[in-house]
Amino acid sequence: MAGVAVSTTINGDNYEYLCQPDETLLDVLRDRLGLTGAKEGCGTGDCGACSVILDNRLVCSCLVLGAEAEGRTIETVEGMAQGDQLHTLQQKFLEHAALQCGICTPGFLIAAKDLLAKNPDPSEEEIRFGLAGNLCRCTGYDKIVRAVQDAATVMKGA
Amino acid sequence: MNFDPRFSGRQFKSVGTRPIRPDGVDKVTGRARYGADFSMAGQLVGRVLRSPHAHARIRGIDTSKAEQLPGVKAVITAADLPDLTNGDAAMFDILDNCMARTKALYDGHAVAAVAAVDARTARQALKLIEVDYEILPHVTDVDEAMQHGAPLINDAIFTEGLEEKPVKPSNVSKRTQYGHGDVHEGFGQADFIVERSFKTEQTHQGYIEPHACVANVSSDGTADLWVCTQGHFVYRQHCAQLLGMEASKLRVTSSEIGGGFGGKTHVWAEPVALALSRKAGRPVKLVMTRDEVFRASGPTSATSIDVKIGARKDGTITAAEATLRYTSGPYAGMWAEIGAMTAFACYRLDNVKTVGYEVLVNRPKTAAYRAPSAPMAAFAVESAVDELAKELGMDAVEFRIKNAAQEGTRSSYGPVYGPIGIGPTLEAAKDHPHMKAPLGKNQGRGMACGFWFNFGGQTCTDLNIGMDGSVSLAVGTVDVGGSRASLSLVAAEELGIDYSQVKAIVADTSSLGYNDMTDGSRGTFSSSMATISAARNAIKILRERAAQTWDIPVDDVVWEKGHAIARGEKYGNLAALSLKEIAAASGKTGGPIAGHSELVADGAGVSFATHICDIEVDPETGSTRVIRYTVVQDAGKAVHPTYVEGQYQGGAAQGIGWALNEEYIYGKDGRLQNAGFLDYRIPVCSDLPMIDTQILEIPNPNHPYGVRGVGETSIVPPLAAIANAVSNAAGVRMTHIPMSPPRILAAIEAEREG
Repeated sequence: MAGVAVSTTINGDNYEYLCQPDETLLDVLRDRLGLTGAKEGCGTGDCGACSVILDNRLVCSCLVLGAEAEGRTIETVEGMAQGDQLHTLQQKFLEHAALQCGICTPGFLIAAKDLLAKNPDPSEEEIRFGLAGNLCRCTGYDKIVRAVQDAATVMKGA
Repeated sequence: MNFDPRFSGRQFKSVGTRPIRPDGVDKVTGRARYGADFSMAGQLVGRVLRSPHAHARIRGIDTSKAEQLPGVKAVITAADLPDLTNGDAAMFDILDNCMARTKALYDGHAVAAVAAVDARTARQALKLIEVDYEILPHVTDVDEAMQHGAPLINDAIFTEGLEEKPVKPSNVSKRTQYGHGDVHEGFGQADFIVERSFKTEQTHQGYIEPHACVANVSSDGTADLWVCTQGHFVYRQHCAQLLGMEASKLRVTSSEIGGGFGGKTHVWAEPVALALSRKAGRPVKLVMTRDEVFRASGPTSATSIDVKIGARKDGTITAAEATLRYTSGPYAGMWAEIGAMTAFACYRLDNVKTVGYEVLVNRPKTAAYRAPSAPMAAFAVESAVDELAKELGMDAVEFRIKNAAQEGTRSSYGPVYGPIGIGPTLEAAKDHPHMKAPLGKNQGRGMACGFWFNFGGQTCTDLNIGMDGSVSLAVGTVDVGGSRASLSLVAAEELGIDYSQVKAIVADTSSLGYNDMTDGSRGTFSSSMATISAARNAIKILRERAAQTWDIPVDDVVWEKGHAIARGEKYGNLAALSLKEIAAASGKTGGPIAGHSELVADGAGVSFATHICDIEVDPETGSTRVIRYTVVQDAGKAVHPTYVEGQYQGGAAQGIGWALNEEYIYGKDGRLQNAGFLDYRIPVCSDLPMIDTQILEIPNPNHPYGVRGVGETSIVPPLAAIANAVSNAAGVRMTHIPMSPPRILAAIEAEREG
């Protein structure tokens, strides 16, 4: 099967790749581009571990085809820190111990970044519903919600 | 040097603080490498063909078409994994579960596997494998499997533990019994007796990371395995035995692990990946899909439990009895036995008897899930305890306090308790503001207790001091939730240095001696003990080097706050030598400085918890909402309190999912109908409130810092606590977990119709 040529922007950098027509964006990120921050927890859009921001919209990259990225802009967890300066959300996840095993963490960080971009001052309920598409099996979500609350407070003041 | 593990009350400097974990930055930046994040040059993609039938004889497998597909490099069946288990029945079951031999025993049972150049070719190859099945009658329900005339799953299984050796094979692999006293006599003394039957459905650990590994077998007989596991040393042993390799020639590296909860203590795909790599002569990466994770790995037992408890008017329990039937999948198990041991462990009982039956069914082989078997037993017992308290007219907490086990109590499973936390957790729960908070309409409050043994086990640790005075700590217990942070704290504490000077790693199987798995809540308990021992051995060398430098007897050198100090007035002029100074001079004083430790960490302190929760029930729909949740648990000593809280919260959340929603649903055809996170719904962020925690610290006398395991106990009380809350809210006793809306609605309607 012939590959599809794609040119796209990921974390501000231009990428060009060939992918199969049935290949997901998640597989392209992980297997072709070496961006393994996005994880495959289910492959069916139920767990959110593969969350990326596609043209300012939060998506499960397992439900997007690699070919659909043509000409678009993608943000992944690898693009959150600026050099060695962590994003406020990353720092707050560390401070609040909002991760145990950490497999869901990249997806939560991306989903939280998208949430705070659209709603800089969310209530606890808005955070809980905003992150309801991301599954965490370790934490019971308590420390994740607190980390996002704390990050929102810091980011508002910035 | 002999290591003294006994508790000594000490003032802590590092232990008990809450620093950021050493593996944290990698995990928030996406750089941490989990099972599927590792690749090798030239690697193939492995895929597994699984039985669509619950029970079928495999008459033949034709792999010829698959082998001819371009890009396919290896196809294997059970013939490529010959039986090398040499009469070891448990290992044979593991082998048969990895690759079905004569029969497929459940929907999802592996029957063949391929390795191909890419995923698409591998998927196509699976479709070209022809399996000739003879479909057999199946059984998936625990009670039906025990009935006379039920389809027989394994004709080599004869019930163990009966007075007379059975002459016919059975779906019950074992009967076990625990207890003491005379329950018949005890019930004779009771003024009130509650007798109930309960059921719980099968759940999955639900780790977000599917099983994943990369196997690389060389033609010289050596191999490497990269894998997400809770126990790489055990995986090495099992894989080496099944593949006919020498253990030391198989190096297993544990990746970062994306959740395990007991589910990554068993091999499934790893021997298959190794066999594929051996046949193909290339590295093979094998990653399960979520569908495979549900159908083939994991699950806990489904259960059916009868409980009978009697008490006098004054609230003293006179007798307690339970019969517990646990599914073990299609192989022999020991799950009901654990349930029988834990069922009444919270209480001080003169007359107690529990009987467990291990029941074979056509479901995946039961695996450990966080305090395996205890939550279901606690659900049944704590529900009956609540009901009995009501009949007596006593407060549920007071009734439990009156009957709680104490130091010196002979436990229902045999041993006599040392200092334990059941009483203190109950007293703390009684005094907790949550207990006094008002409830709204359709809301109910429930509480329950839980017990877990905790485990110690074989542990080996290396502590190496660099010439710059920094310390690398190599442990062999996989870090499932922050243990590198807690073990670094322990090393810093013992050496008297700063946490930032210590870097902990999980070493591979060729770099460190054998370690048992991270299970039984042993990670921080046992590896901290080994770390303390290793640090003390290093301190002995540090003292020797200082003594050598000063040219004084080593017995005159003590170690305090990270420094060697010459003890005695005659050494008044000698300035203390820091660890850094001694390390810097090590090249001239005898070479590298290290502390090594290998031990069996005996004396894991038992753990108790009490949970309180408020649930709102919608009487029209049967839907529920968790309004408030509080966990009180004894940690012995919380090394890193934030991660201890995390364990409490995580266990509670898993218990909430189990209690209210999660279950394996099988069709009449014996096929799993909800093998995905959409239909097997674990709690999401919007389902839960904040989960309040209270850490009690009743020191474990058998650990230098008083540490007890903390990981598992938190999942034991929730099923019962929530069932008690729902029962109080709905006004009807709930006896079947999960309490999904249809079950609650049916119970409410049945009560209305009386």
